[in-house]
Amino acid sequence: MAGNPKTLFEKVWTSHIVAEPQGEPALLYIDLHLIHEVTSPQAFDGLRMTGRKVRRPDRSIATVDHNVPTTANRLVIEDPIAAKQIETLRKNCADFGITLYDVESPRQGIVHVIGPELGLTKPGMTIVCGDSHTSTHGALGALAFGIGTSEVEHVMATQCLPQSKPKTFRISVEGELPEGVGAKDIVLAIIGRIGTDGATGYVIEYAGSAIRSLSMEGRMTVCNMSIEAGARAGMIAADETTFSWLKGRPFSPQGAAWDVAVTEWRKLASDPGATFDRELTIPAIEIEPCVTWGTNPGMVVSVTAAVPDPAAAKDEADRRAFTRALEYMDLKAGTPIEEIAIDRVFIGSCTNSRIEDLRAAAKVVAGHRVHANVRAMVVPGSQLVKAQAEKEGLDAIFREAGFEWREPGCSMCLGMNPDILQPGERCASTSNRNFEGRQGRGGRTHLVSPMMAAAAAIKGHFTDVRTWEFRRAEVLA
Amino acid sequence: MERFRNLTAQVMPLDRVNVDTDQIIPKQFLKRIERTGYGEFLFFDWRQDPAFELNNPRYKGAQILVAARNFGCGSSREHAAWALGDYGFRCVIAPSFADIFHSNAGKNGILLITLPEDQVQTLLDRAAKTGNYKLTVSLEENTVRDEHGFSTTFSIDPFRRYCLLEGLDDIGLTLRYAADLDAFEKKHDAEFWVTPRTPETMNA
Repeated sequence: MAGNPKTLFEKVWTSHIVAEPQGEPALLYIDLHLIHEVTSPQAFDGLRMTGRKVRRPDRSIATVDHNVPTTANRLVIEDPIAAKQIETLRKNCADFGITLYDVESPRQGIVHVIGPELGLTKPGMTIVCGDSHTSTHGALGALAFGIGTSEVEHVMATQCLPQSKPKTFRISVEGELPEGVGAKDIVLAIIGRIGTDGATGYVIEYAGSAIRSLSMEGRMTVCNMSIEAGARAGMIAADETTFSWLKGRPFSPQGAAWDVAVTEWRKLASDPGATFDRELTIPAIEIEPCVTWGTNPGMVVSVTAAVPDPAAAKDEADRRAFTRALEYMDLKAGTPIEEIAIDRVFIGSCTNSRIEDLRAAAKVVAGHRVHANVRAMVVPGSQLVKAQAEKEGLDAIFREAGFEWREPGCSMCLGMNPDILQPGERCASTSNRNFEGRQGRGGRTHLVSPMMAAAAAIKGHFTDVRTWEFRRAEVLA
Repeated sequence: MERFRNLTAQVMPLDRVNVDTDQIIPKQFLKRIERTGYGEFLFFDWRQDPAFELNNPRYKGAQILVAARNFGCGSSREHAAWALGDYGFRCVIAPSFADIFHSNAGKNGILLITLPEDQVQTLLDRAAKTGNYKLTVSLEENTVRDEHGFSTTFSIDPFRRYCLLEGLDDIGLTLRYAADLDAFEKKHDAEFWVTPRTPETMNA
């Protein structure tokens, strides 16, 4: 330390600087490049046109997630354009020597689920992917951010990226989270307070006792949605929770190397006295189960509240956006959130498709039936999550209740595959974006936690999970 | 990459906050493997509304888009920049932009200009009320002007400006530091605790 306390971000940043040319962005070394079918084909094409290779195939991993059907028979993709995109990734990975976890692989899954669960993601690493939710990996103490396709090509060719140094923003959530309130509610509450551009230009470090008490899955949910506040990345310092979660994973260090690694990872936490460009503290006790009512994740209220009045907006531009959002969502100001009826429920996405998310939802669902007006589906984040859930009998709980139990992929989070909302359908979704048309043109998305989505599926409308009647809680205790 | 120097062009106003990349180019068009041909799908869903600005003949041929704050938020899809560029937009002016979109635009020769909210509002109002409203943008002088007395300077990251002015290939620029990269990598590869797959776990 030597009298110069540093933040977690600064430590990771500094240890990855390849060059710092005068008057130019720093060249940042990238430890892991995650690749999927949608944002990579043009990058591989660029390499071919310039005669370049992938510099470090061993630091690259690919999977298919965005386009893949989630039905049992998914080897044949009916959409010829999607099929071609996936076929292109297969060819590109073969040509450039990159490991691909394809549809049939037991390791296939959403790229931000498989990175951590395989132990590819580690504390202190720099990680990029052509996907904005790369911020997820920051939950393990990595600096991870989404990039565009030109940058994907840049990383493939050089394993570096020119980057301007972001500012730092520490958000501390202090105290004990109330029962029924979880990671998703924390991050929605944060975005509700600071807005969808509240952290633009910053890397967020999440801290405080409520964050420390979260499981790894919960931490990933929080970091995942950093981008929805405009942040470049979100990070949480690695601790005992991280180490015990990582130990024994396929790509985690083993034996004596594990101990060396943990010693190194421990050094990364922000030093006492380190300063941040901005700070915010939120008492955990103030956080309630959240439901978005509008067309961006910052348009969010507590489940016990009502749809807000545009008159409450902070300025004229926001007022118009509020009014437009209410029109799109077909909602009236003053309607209690709990009176909003839904047609669909989606439990999945890189935000909330991990084993703990499924356990939490299953606990709510056990012993209940999906409401007659609702079509509900669970899409596990990866083959490994799916296998674990099936081992624990969660699939049976969901199926018995009337949920569809599907194959892993991004699915209805963005509806690039056949899983979409029909125009006018209203969905309680555990995903990350409620933008207009996100889950299907004309579809209306309300973002919620897995427990809240599960409860809405049963009731047919939003309901406060804090008052839930758990019928078979003992099975899943 | 195409150079950006100076541009005098028609303006299209889009007076909406938080325009996300899902609106700029909806997901159904991301399945293609090409870099071109996205212009006809720009703002696809919003275009279904006949009153949407892109359908207004008075903005036909616009190359400058003026929008409200936090333009380009959401998904990292570079298709958003490709769609804007392919449609013919070469410059977007707004009070603020999302980070990833900012980077993507620059790599496609699209100049993003950040101006204070009141100035952007002036431009939005003038573009909506004045027929054939044009702006002159000079990246050489860092200025934005119209023919009705509006004139302002803007600041831009000097390196981003240089790359746009010269139309430089980023990868080529990075490769100037190939020796630094080789040296860094040699040392860094030994730090197995931040390596995704070590020789021991390569085939795990």
